[in-house]
Amino acid sequence: MIRPLLRGAAHRVLAALAVLLGAAGLAFAALQLIPGDPVAIILGPATQASAQVQAAIRAEYGLDRPVLGQFLHYLGRLATGDLGRSYQLQRQVVDLIGDQLGPTAELALAALVLAVAISVGSAIATAGRRRGLKAVASGWELLAVSSPPFWVGILLLTVFSFTLRWFPVSGAEDFSALVLPALTLALPVAGVLSQVLREGLEAALAEPFAVTARARGLSRTAVRARHALRHAAVPLVTLTGWLTGSLLGGAVLVETVFGRPGIGALTLQAVTNKDMPLVIGLVLLSALVFVVISTLVDLLYLVVDPRLRTR
Amino acid sequence: MRRTPRAAVVLCGLIVVVLALAAVAPGLFTSVSPIEADPVNALRPPGGGHWLGTDELGRDVFSRVVHGARSSLSVGLGAILVAVTAGALLGIAAALGGGVADTVLMRLADVLLSLPELMIALLVIAVLGPGTGNTMIAIAVSLVPGYARMVRAEALVVRRSGYVEAAVGLGLPRPVLIARHVLPNALGPLLVLATVGFGTAIIAVSGLSFLGLGARPPAPEWGTMLSSGRKFLAVAWWTAVFPGAAITLAVVSVNVVGRRLQAAFTKRTSA
Repeated sequence: MIRPLLRGAAHRVLAALAVLLGAAGLAFAALQLIPGDPVAIILGPATQASAQVQAAIRAEYGLDRPVLGQFLHYLGRLATGDLGRSYQLQRQVVDLIGDQLGPTAELALAALVLAVAISVGSAIATAGRRRGLKAVASGWELLAVSSPPFWVGILLLTVFSFTLRWFPVSGAEDFSALVLPALTLALPVAGVLSQVLREGLEAALAEPFAVTARARGLSRTAVRARHALRHAAVPLVTLTGWLTGSLLGGAVLVETVFGRPGIGALTLQAVTNKDMPLVIGLVLLSALVFVVISTLVDLLYLVVDPRLRTR
Repeated sequence: MRRTPRAAVVLCGLIVVVLALAAVAPGLFTSVSPIEADPVNALRPPGGGHWLGTDELGRDVFSRVVHGARSSLSVGLGAILVAVTAGALLGIAAALGGGVADTVLMRLADVLLSLPELMIALLVIAVLGPGTGNTMIAIAVSLVPGYARMVRAEALVVRRSGYVEAAVGLGLPRPVLIARHVLPNALGPLLVLATVGFGTAIIAVSGLSFLGLGARPPAPEWGTMLSSGRKFLAVAWWTAVFPGAAITLAVVSVNVVGRRLQAAFTKRTSA
């Protein structure tokens, strides 16, 4: 039983490493694609660096070698955790990212918890019930997936911050500043999750085991929450990648709307200033987050569901 | 597939037509200039001569929302068309090329799919620089891998089907086979998906403009309007709320129409 499990695990870890290698290659290609002197690109448009600094960059990136040599050199540096230096912000990219990781992780986690809570609640309350309730559910789901997150944030700000004054307008100091951004980030995610869960729940409720559980005297809601929900949650695993992506990408917009510090705000700053070492560091970070999370979820499913181990 | 009431689908179809009209001929809806400033009447609330109010320079918000349809919708449409075309070509190349081509293209798609779409778009903009045209390219690039994947899967199914085998047996040359038999059958589902993808593209376009990377002010564009309205939220909610409502209305309508097409198509192919 252990052998196929290990083989499955090794397969997935290798695939994850391949994706990371590919992302590094993509980032390297992006640097090569920009026309002009690579040193000037790494320095960014707004700096006046001395010849000394320029020579240092040339050495650091191995720019005097052929392209393949440059790439291997670059990979070697990545392997030791060296993402290079942002010459515009005068700091190491790793440190810049490390400083901003906290607020974004907090925001993404809070949004994830909210999204799961909203979608599970909505699915349990409406799956297989009266037509009116279902129409309400699919109505809010459609609105949630069709509204741009930055607009939802602006609506929430208008109502709860400027009119009712319940929450602060911007910042990330305390818990009350987290509520509106997390809700903004959670809503589109909750819309999709709720759709998937509700359809899964309806399918599960039609299965014989649901009828049996009901016949044993469980209440309708208990059948849903304890038996059907577990089956309905299985297709969610294919959404993990999409989920991490939309939380990370959404953070860029949400942090801008609410003036929060974080990875999203840093990304926008890097792109606007053409700060390539930082942009590439952030691209690699999001690939890493995706790969780690989806590999973990895959492994978890290997443990939970023996049918998946055969492949 | 859940059914949306017929009336709602018709209403959404009408909204799409009205928005398309606004994009092609904004003069049909308003004769007020979307660009001309009138500082005396700045930040007037909705009502009177300006029924959606005026912005910080006294420009009519309604006129700007109407004129904004062209830029927001055309960039979204352009992005989705480029993405679908490139996705179809790459997907078919991977499916029919097989071997090395297939492996290389699909591993590349794996890498791109591991990044959030917005992150890919931002990387492209960091390379190309901001602006309307680059926004379109950036969003197209971010959507290509998904479409390439889907077309490849679809083309593989079509290639193994009986009628293609029959055509091969008849000795049809490869290009004719692809153009006459594989393409039309792999493209149907793709066009339906493109309709739904159009909604995603509209949100992405306005998102990049909102971040200040797309259309430049004073050009009327929904995302750009939201971004400048964000600064006056405390005193003038209407400058940001209405352009956002236009985006949501457009995306909801496109999604409803797209899903109905999807449902109709699934029924036809499974019947």
